[in-house]
Amino acid sequence: MTSHKPPLYRTHRSAGADFTDFGGWEMPASFDSIRTEHGAVRDAVGRFDISHMSEVVVRGPDAAALTNRLTTNDVRELEPGDAQYSCILNDEGVILDDIVVYRYPERDGYLFVPNAGHGEQMATRWEERASTLEFDATVEDRTEETGMLAVQGPDAVEAVESVTADSVADLSQFTARRTEIDGVSCLVARTGYTGEDGYEIVFPAADSETVWAAFDGIQPCGLGARDTLRLEAGLLLSGQDFDPDSEPRTPLEAGLGFVVDFEKPSFVGKAALRELEETGVDEQIVGLRIEDRAIARHGYAITDGDDEVGHVTSGTMSPTFDVPLALGYVDTEYAADGTELGVEVRNQTVDATVVDQRFLNTLEADT
Amino acid sequence: MSFNVPDDRRYRESHEWALPTDDGIRVGITDFAQDELGDVVFVELPDEGDSVAQDEEFGVVESIKAVSDLYAPVGGEVLAVNEALFDSPELVNDDPFGEGWMLEIEGADETELEELLSADEYEDQIA
Repeated sequence: MTSHKPPLYRTHRSAGADFTDFGGWEMPASFDSIRTEHGAVRDAVGRFDISHMSEVVVRGPDAAALTNRLTTNDVRELEPGDAQYSCILNDEGVILDDIVVYRYPERDGYLFVPNAGHGEQMATRWEERASTLEFDATVEDRTEETGMLAVQGPDAVEAVESVTADSVADLSQFTARRTEIDGVSCLVARTGYTGEDGYEIVFPAADSETVWAAFDGIQPCGLGARDTLRLEAGLLLSGQDFDPDSEPRTPLEAGLGFVVDFEKPSFVGKAALRELEETGVDEQIVGLRIEDRAIARHGYAITDGDDEVGHVTSGTMSPTFDVPLALGYVDTEYAADGTELGVEVRNQTVDATVVDQRFLNTLEADT
Repeated sequence: MSFNVPDDRRYRESHEWALPTDDGIRVGITDFAQDELGDVVFVELPDEGDSVAQDEEFGVVESIKAVSDLYAPVGGEVLAVNEALFDSPELVNDDPFGEGWMLEIEGADETELEELLSADEYEDQIA
């Protein structure tokens, strides 16, 4: 895979960031400590360079119909400026990627945001389908030309409002507005991946310095904190919590049934999901609270006595609650909240309890 | 980035340090190691009275992003473990050569200490 450097690479390097390869992009893993960055987002506000995310633009008379065929949620519900979380499936109903679809507020067309390294593949998928269906739509992978950053946390509204030419405080969740930041045209959306209020901002890659600098003074955060934040919020990571090769999962197993609209006309994977919905899934994703001093990491076995009943896909030490948390798939009979299971950590079994994967809600309720 | 490498002690290539004290040999991990690991969240150590052999695993240090085995720079009997690390593992990040120490080992063979790297040699290794 080609290694891309984000336009802000040098800026981050000067700020003392450690870098990591993620989906073919060399991105900041951390600027300070994960705890510091995580805490800033939970308590105040943090900013993230997320230019590794892909951007694909779909235009033309059949743009909505095409996107509707290739995603699980109903694109036709989107008014200008609306955004929607959705999944892209193969014919077997297995998730290829999860995306956010934006309908442009100020012009025709849609922008969708696949995960790092998936832009080209998804643009090709859209083009091929348009050709097969004889749909009138143009598809463009704009990942290289597009910059993206996230400003997240309880103080994010104040922070973003203070730099945008138009007010964005009134935007509701999953809506976006076109405005300017220091003269740069930006799409500002009330979306995020941290479990906090906040915005994701899309702009021309060439203007990255200007937009990033507009938020100077706000804690910069790397992918390390992005991972602990999303995990506490129970949000899945493409390529890890589901992946067509290493972790093939349907939205029903992955707890993403809420983005599958069975009412809409044909979409890729619908028939397979329909069948699965009737027979029921064998395994499903759960949240796990680890009751011992160990982190349950990706790939570790989940057990009931001597039986292996599942495996961990993501795990971390929760900086907010100071307990280890994990996501994993287990046989459905073990998926009820409160089920006591084990996780194999370095040849020892540690106790784990199944809890609602939206740990931020669940665990706050406990304390 | 430059790391602190005090010259009052010796080092193992795997980033543990060994410092002779009045009672025995104190063991911990280096500034470089704690920086590589990031936020340390758990430290698993042997019990007092256990014996450890040079170059063998004596415990585990776990950070948010990684888990790493700890190797004994010298062998002997565990005289003391730093129990403060069980409640405050972040001491390993904050003060790796001081408050973040892990074990005190007694009865170590003098030659084992000499086999370890000097501060200069270790500094070259991490440069």
